[in-house]
Amino acid sequence: MRKRKDHQASENEKPNLIGTFISVMLLGAFIIITWFGAYALFISR
Amino acid sequence: MHLHKFEKIWLVCGIGSLVVFLFIVGYGAFWQGTHPQSHGVTIDPYNIESNEAFKPENLGLTKVDDDKYIVNIAASAFNYDLGKDEEGNAVKTIRIPKGSTVLFQAATKDVVHGFHVAGTNVNMMVEPGYVSSLETVMDNAGTYTIVCNEYCGVGHHMMYATVEVYE
Amino acid sequence: MELAKKDHEQPSVQSLAISKPESRLYMSFISVAFISLLIGGLMGLLQVFIRSGKFTLPAGIDYYQILTVHGVILGLVLTTYFIIGFHFSLMGKTVGISIKQRKTAWVAFWIMVIGTIMTAITILFGEASVLYTFYAPLRAHPAFYIGLALVIIGSWIAGFVNWRQLALWKKAHPDEKSPLLAFMVTVNTVMWFIASLGVAVAVLVQFIPWSLGYAETINVLISRTLFWYFGHPLVYFWLLPAYMAWYAIIPKIIGGKIFSDSLARLSFVLFLFFSIPVGFHHQLTEPGIDPTWKFIQVVLTFMVVIPSLMTAFSMFATFEITGRRKGAKGLFGWFKKLPWKDVRFLAPFIGMLAFIPGGAGGIINASHQMNALIHNTIWVTGHFHLTVATTVMLTFFGISYWLIPYLRGRKLTPNINRLGIIQAIIWTVGMTIMSGAMHIEGLLGAPRRSSYSEYGGGEQVSEWIGYQMAQAIGGTILFIGIVLMVYIFIKLTFFAPKGEEEFPIAEEEVDAQPTPAFFENWKLWIGITVALILAAYTIPFIEIIQTSPPGSVPFDFPIGR
Ligand code: HEM
Ligand SMILES: [Cu+2]
Ligand SMILES: [Cu+2]
Repeated sequence: MRKRKDHQASENEKPNLIGTFISVMLLGAFIIITWFGAYALFISR
Repeated sequence: MHLHKFEKIWLVCGIGSLVVFLFIVGYGAFWQGTHPQSHGVTIDPYNIESNEAFKPENLGLTKVDDDKYIVNIAASAFNYDLGKDEEGNAVKTIRIPKGSTVLFQAATKDVVHGFHVAGTNVNMMVEPGYVSSLETVMDNAGTYTIVCNEYCGVGHHMMYATVEVYE
Repeated sequence: MELAKKDHEQPSVQSLAISKPESRLYMSFISVAFISLLIGGLMGLLQVFIRSGKFTLPAGIDYYQILTVHGVILGLVLTTYFIIGFHFSLMGKTVGISIKQRKTAWVAFWIMVIGTIMTAITILFGEASVLYTFYAPLRAHPAFYIGLALVIIGSWIAGFVNWRQLALWKKAHPDEKSPLLAFMVTVNTVMWFIASLGVAVAVLVQFIPWSLGYAETINVLISRTLFWYFGHPLVYFWLLPAYMAWYAIIPKIIGGKIFSDSLARLSFVLFLFFSIPVGFHHQLTEPGIDPTWKFIQVVLTFMVVIPSLMTAFSMFATFEITGRRKGAKGLFGWFKKLPWKDVRFLAPFIGMLAFIPGGAGGIINASHQMNALIHNTIWVTGHFHLTVATTVMLTFFGISYWLIPYLRGRKLTPNINRLGIIQAIIWTVGMTIMSGAMHIEGLLGAPRRSSYSEYGGGEQVSEWIGYQMAQAIGGTILFIGIVLMVYIFIKLTFFAPKGEEEFPIAEEEVDAQPTPAFFENWKLWIGITVALILAAYTIPFIEIIQTSPPGSVPFDFPIGR
């Protein structure tokens, strides 16, 4: 069973990357939040 | 070369955010005039007193108008010269009413120094041969320490002054 | 078991044997790096102690002398030596090295060692407490600058050897694409060469004649501009070897394949383009540079974020694809399939995580007027202890766990592996405390590069000192991590049991799309790089020269000379 799955994945044109997508989007959100945090501090000073 | 669909979306979002950041700072800089200090005004580094602002009698705080002040600072290792008070003592503290517009102007007599009114956006490099200046509105009351934040030698951490913004 | 089978599916083209004399060369570079780590770490420990206010140095030693040692030995010596040793190992493994090239590489090594010793002596005698940025018009002893010039020249020779290695390989393999790692090493050495031309000109044309008294004055702004033309690519010179490991070595360690050879090459080419024409983002608060040109370089700086966004995606994708192939289910099941107990993976992985706040902080630093929020505050120090002292260092440690035993014909034992995991955790804890405290203290306005001071006792300052206590705690933990790492280094080099260790180089998918041939067009890449540099620097540089104030005479007294 397992072996066959293996094979499929490597021949599959589009690997399933939904976890990757969510991860990078969270990373992007982190960047945006910290940037606007710093921006707010800059504006308030 | 092939990009996965999700990578395309990610790059569009990521680059889009960068563009938004740039637009925000660019708008501030070019339309509202909040560029970091960069006036390119030069001065004779061997004789900064040749510039009116840095004559001994003009150092420190000067009131130019209601709510408008100028602070001139001569930096040298390891001191900020803010002029003298009536008794002839060196001024170390400047008092400014809250809400004033203040123009800080600094020049160095020797090496590179920093000038940061800690806790505010008044943060500039002071380099030989140039006048550093930045105008700001002191909106928040409090006591701020001015620190030299560019290494200038063994006494670098002893180079400071104080700004009091009072109600 | 499955994985082991997969390794043999296709014969590796990228795997040459490394001979004993070669190993000796590579180990020499790497050893200097670890000696530097110990010395520099000790200085770091002293710094955090002094800054806590609870400790003073014995008379005659100055805080800034120690800080100069720390910055020079960790920022310049450790990084450059480790990277060159790693570069050579990769080239030796993927394209090979001839005896003549090896001899030339030894010349590079010794020139660098002589330069390092010259510089070290001037610092130890208190003749060069100018910090690793050596800003004019503070004047160090001429031997300090001459030593630095020798280190740079040595590193160039090493780079030239790398180029020659690839060129000969290509001659022997006319229609093949260059091995990915050899391509990456070449990008990094090309970038290093173009960038260090700036600091070389500053040192050779400005600092050396001026420090010797042949030139009366120095143009301060030009020297700073040349320095930062070099200074930003310098940090990418540190980062790219970590990216090499992430793209081409980590996939093998976790039992996967390279996500995309072309995208890896593309991101490296983008780093080459955008690492250099961005130096003004270190000079944003300087008075003599036109703000429009500052902004243009800020835009270019943001471009260099893009290849890092690509890298983030590639890393997660490698993890996910590998995990799913191992049978992971659900959204994040693949995460559990990663080899958490393998320090060769864990240490670099923590490095990747540290790059998330590191990168986010970097975008803030580069945001034009917002730079005033953090410029020259201790936030900046917190920032690069995340990026270089965590992301890059933990990846270099992760590389050392297999590279050193490989070169020494020894094995990474389970015992050392466990020590390595403890080391990575100690580092993470220590750095989180130290760097976190630095970030916050910096936002409160506290300056970097400053010995303990109460600044006349302002109310702000007492708050700063609290964070400096936290830095002392974090820094002490970090120092323990350094001692442990040096112990591991010695163990791997001299005492680990004899055996064979794998040199992990990942391969592409069997059905991977072919890499476009245009990636081998070095003339094009270098041409675009130079064009971007000229576009970003020509006009502001001419302006700086035309509006220059009188130059500065040297100053010795501020640094106690
Ligand atoms: C025990 C571990 C370490 C401790 C406790 C430590 C501590 C410090 C501290 C407190 C400073 C700032 C001092 C100041 O601004 O006054 C500093 C600066 C610096 N550190 Fe570290 N550090 C450590 C490891 C590292 C490592 C591993 C690297 C690089 C690979 C590194 C690179 C630097 C650099 C380049 C500077 C800047 C020096 C300068 O501003 O001139 N440090 N370190
Ligand atoms: Cu200073
Ligand atoms: Cu930079």
